Amino acid sequence: MTDIVNMKGMNKYFGELHVLKEIDLTVAKGEVVVVIGASGSGKSTLIRCVNGLEEFESGELTVDGHPLAPRSGNPQSLARIRKEVGMVFQQFNLFPHLTVKKNIMLAPRKVKEASESEASKIADRLLNRVGIASQADKYPSHLSGGQQQRVAIARALAMDPRLMLFDEPTSALDPEMIGEVLDVMRELAKEGMTMMVVTHEMGFAREVADRVIYIHEGRIVEEGKPADVFDNPQNERTQAFLSRVLAH
Amino acid sequence: MESQFDFNWQSAINSIPFLLEGIPYTLLISFGGLFIGFALGIFFGLLSINKLWFLKWPATAYIEIFRGTPILVQVLFIFYGLPDLIGTSINPLTAGIAAIALNSGAYISEVVRGGVQSIDKGQNEAGLSLGLSRTQTFWSIIWPQAFRRMVPPLGNQAIVSIKDTSLFSVIGVGELVRQGQIYIATTFEAFEVYFMVALMYLAITFSLSLILRFIERRGLVSV
Repeated sequence: MTDIVNMKGMNKYFGELHVLKEIDLTVAKGEVVVVIGASGSGKSTLIRCVNGLEEFESGELTVDGHPLAPRSGNPQSLARIRKEVGMVFQQFNLFPHLTVKKNIMLAPRKVKEASESEASKIADRLLNRVGIASQADKYPSHLSGGQQQRVAIARALAMDPRLMLFDEPTSALDPEMIGEVLDVMRELAKEGMTMMVVTHEMGFAREVADRVIYIHEGRIVEEGKPADVFDNPQNERTQAFLSRVLAH
Repeated sequence: MESQFDFNWQSAINSIPFLLEGIPYTLLISFGGLFIGFALGIFFGLLSINKLWFLKWPATAYIEIFRGTPILVQVLFIFYGLPDLIGTSINPLTAGIAAIALNSGAYISEVVRGGVQSIDKGQNEAGLSLGLSRTQTFWSIIWPQAFRRMVPPLGNQAIVSIKDTSLFSVIGVGELVRQGQIYIATTFEAFEVYFMVALMYLAITFSLSLILRFIERRGLVSV
């Protein structure tokens, strides 16, 4: 059992709209899977299903051995999964009423019932790791976008996740700040973190991904090693998409 | 036309000690009522956001009824009407506090609902994705942010409720206006006395405004 994520025949609807179609996907321990596709293709929805931020209507989804039933039918599994899966959002979603350090300490304190000093140690270590130890006592709004996103990564790591989900982590950033966030993600991948990443950063995907998945209108139409997908795409939709995004 | 009227400062000043006796009642009814109203507001405000209809509907009914009827009618109903139902009289002070509580509670419910709904849903998702339960996410992430946004409208409601207590002179509770009426009944100095009554309300509400402004400046850190 080395699969962290296992999806079988998964379908998801928003009302009448069929947004995920018969998704079969596994993510092995230590693997970095990058999901690409046009906006509205369902790629964010796909990874939001993994920690139950979106429900699915049919099919199977198992995360780290915990099965999730359609329509959030399995709350115990969901609670476990959310403790073991970290998520980083496009809009950071830091808690604006808490300092950077308290942002990171919150989940260890509330969920793992760590003591104040244990949580503080965790926060210091992670802030060092993402390179913003000097900002610990500031409020998120006083940080740059790149710094905020690094705090968000540290916040997710504080729960010692078995899997990290990244939902377009650099899409809301000014161009000059994208690099510092990708660097942190690259480090994480190197250290063996299992990751699912939705991104438009094709350079990152090519360099860091073990596997690239291309989604078109809710269906996985191409899947493979980055070199194969980028240099020799089989599906014509993938070819069209890549020629559009790689052209500039 | 020449006015025969002179403002008599001496009468105004003479009325002060008698009027001041009403202030404890005005404050007790206002703040006692608002305190309970705040509890009611949190309770019904949160119910009104609930997706379950059997929780949402009673809350919505309460809010609509107490926002949609005059507070004067509410207090008359409580003081004169309810005793027929429960078979025992209600003292005017209790009736006044109950009226402010129920009335402000309805408005505060809407303040609570608006405050909570104004918080970005990404905050909720971030909490849940970290493994916090819905309850933990609400009380440690959503509520503190919502509460800061609620401070100005809550202050507004407090000022409205303080002024509403003036209507309770009709049920004979010895608050500020009632004291004024009693005083005027013997001295006939309506202009001076009501002027002083108004001044006293202004002193209370203006002090409250200053306190609120101070809290807003200190409490609203970059949210």
